Amino acid sequence: MIAIGERINGMFTDIKNAIAEKDGEPVKRWALRQLEAGADYLDVNVGTASKTPADAVKWLVERVAEAAPNAAVAIDSPKHEVMKAGLQACRDSGIAKTMINSTTGQREKLEVNFGLAKEYGASVICLTMDQRGIPNDVDYRVEAAANIMAAAMEFELPTESILLDPIAMPVKHAQEKIGFIFEAIRQFTLICSPPPHIVVGLSNTGQGTTQKELVNRTFLVMAILNGLDAAILDVCDAELMHAAITAELILNKQVYSDDFIKAYMSRAR
Amino acid sequence: MAVEPVRDKWKNPITEVTIGALKEEGGTRASVVRIGGETTMPFLHDDGGMPHEPVVAMEVWDIEPTEMADELRKYYSDVYTDPAAWAKKCVEQYGAAMICLRLMGTHPDWGDRDAAHARGAVRKVLDAVGVPLIILGCGQAEKDNAVLPQVSQEAKGERCLIGDITEGNSKTIVASAIADGHNVICEAPLDINIAKQVCILATDMGIGLDRLVAFHTNGGLGYGLEYAYSIMERSRLAGLGGDKMLATPIIAVMSTETWRCKEAKAPESEFPHWGDTSRRGIAWEALGATTYLLGGTDVLVMWHPEAVKTAKAFIEKMMKK
Repeated sequence: MIAIGERINGMFTDIKNAIAEKDGEPVKRWALRQLEAGADYLDVNVGTASKTPADAVKWLVERVAEAAPNAAVAIDSPKHEVMKAGLQACRDSGIAKTMINSTTGQREKLEVNFGLAKEYGASVICLTMDQRGIPNDVDYRVEAAANIMAAAMEFELPTESILLDPIAMPVKHAQEKIGFIFEAIRQFTLICSPPPHIVVGLSNTGQGTTQKELVNRTFLVMAILNGLDAAILDVCDAELMHAAITAELILNKQVYSDDFIKAYMSRAR
Repeated sequence: MAVEPVRDKWKNPITEVTIGALKEEGGTRASVVRIGGETTMPFLHDDGGMPHEPVVAMEVWDIEPTEMADELRKYYSDVYTDPAAWAKKCVEQYGAAMICLRLMGTHPDWGDRDAAHARGAVRKVLDAVGVPLIILGCGQAEKDNAVLPQVSQEAKGERCLIGDITEGNSKTIVASAIADGHNVICEAPLDINIAKQVCILATDMGIGLDRLVAFHTNGGLGYGLEYAYSIMERSRLAGLGGDKMLATPIIAVMSTETWRCKEAKAPESEFPHWGDTSRRGIAWEALGATTYLLGGTDVLVMWHPEAVKTAKAFIEKMMKK
């Protein structure tokens, strides 16, 4: 599974304060801690923590690069100028592997973000929705996904650089719609061969529940069974990571050994 | 329309292992052998690189191999009472890139000789030839634990390849190898899961992945060959795909494995339809060797000089791009 660590986000108080006070330590600490916990990418999200988010994202990326120059970074913003500033900061600080988090499926959004993906050699998380808004069923998601993949081909982006996001809903508020997501994931795997990656923002699912970790963990395992192979998640939740690793083991995506968790952690990224 | 050839791309190279140490590296070898480093399945040069070609080591015993097949005796009966002379013949006449010294004489059923005897045999071979050494214990855990640390010390600094460690017996040998600067063979009984676990256990003790070579206890023919081939292939695919614990170079033993099979050595008088004994064993050994090379083997341990020739010619041909 491609694990994208969610913790460097201005929504968290310590990161918000770090941005405000230009204190790099919390950022560096979370970068290292998440990498150690098994993150493949570090998500970097200013959120609403700064009035000049393009400057703030640059500052965050630079701190990450100081702590972990070999880390891969996902820039998380809906704003083009922030995305570009983040990707440029990655390039300037020697971070080679980058991801755009995220684009929606409207033609004009795809053009802008796929353009950036080409320019910076970045992977792209694509939310399977367009101008019609948040999807309510499977067909809409699959249609949006097909349009996205067609555009990716047009822009000559390799399939493996696309991560389709079926948009996970909170169980608490949209219980009846969760089943759609698994069906959509199953159908995404059939869109092309090799299939694109499939990702969710996992913490959405458990949001507001009293058993957030349990809901997230169970959802993740079920999604992996249906074909999910990436997630933006709390990589420091060891039980969550271990459940994902074990799910993939059971699906024969890793060769079993008695210390399979340890072996997974040592794998080439 | 032009057809684009499909190429595999792999993200994790096989680890590179160096066997043997030159004078300036603290050893006394005249040559060193480097194996591993592949970024492709075997010989698919358009998919990736094979920086080092597979090598053929030849097997020598510390004692006279009283049950040796007649076809092999023809070549070795003049030297097999003396490991030094035997090793020299393999290197000088048959072009062995390494000598694999099996300390069979330390086995409880083969004379139960002590560590001093084993040290003596290792010293003799080290002094007789300049190629790197593979040193195998007798395969009995308790005895190997008594003998191999001593042998490791005797060859300190020579960066030998010592084995085997197993899932149940790794600590003593790995500790010695770390202390004396050797590489280690991780053995698993035709079982990819255990192969992976042995590698994890070894690295847990602090030995680098660049010091480990996997041995899948391959058979000489039949099921033993088919199973071993598919395990090698699967482990190589997983290794190239990112599983570092399966990304070690692989050693395959043809010598004892081929020549213990009745198919290789039974006389033509007993099995007329199996054909000429003088060619049959060679064919089996060469067939096993070439099969395992295709499965990802980096080091072959062999016995019959004619089979060695065939394997080396095969390697040369397959390495041509």
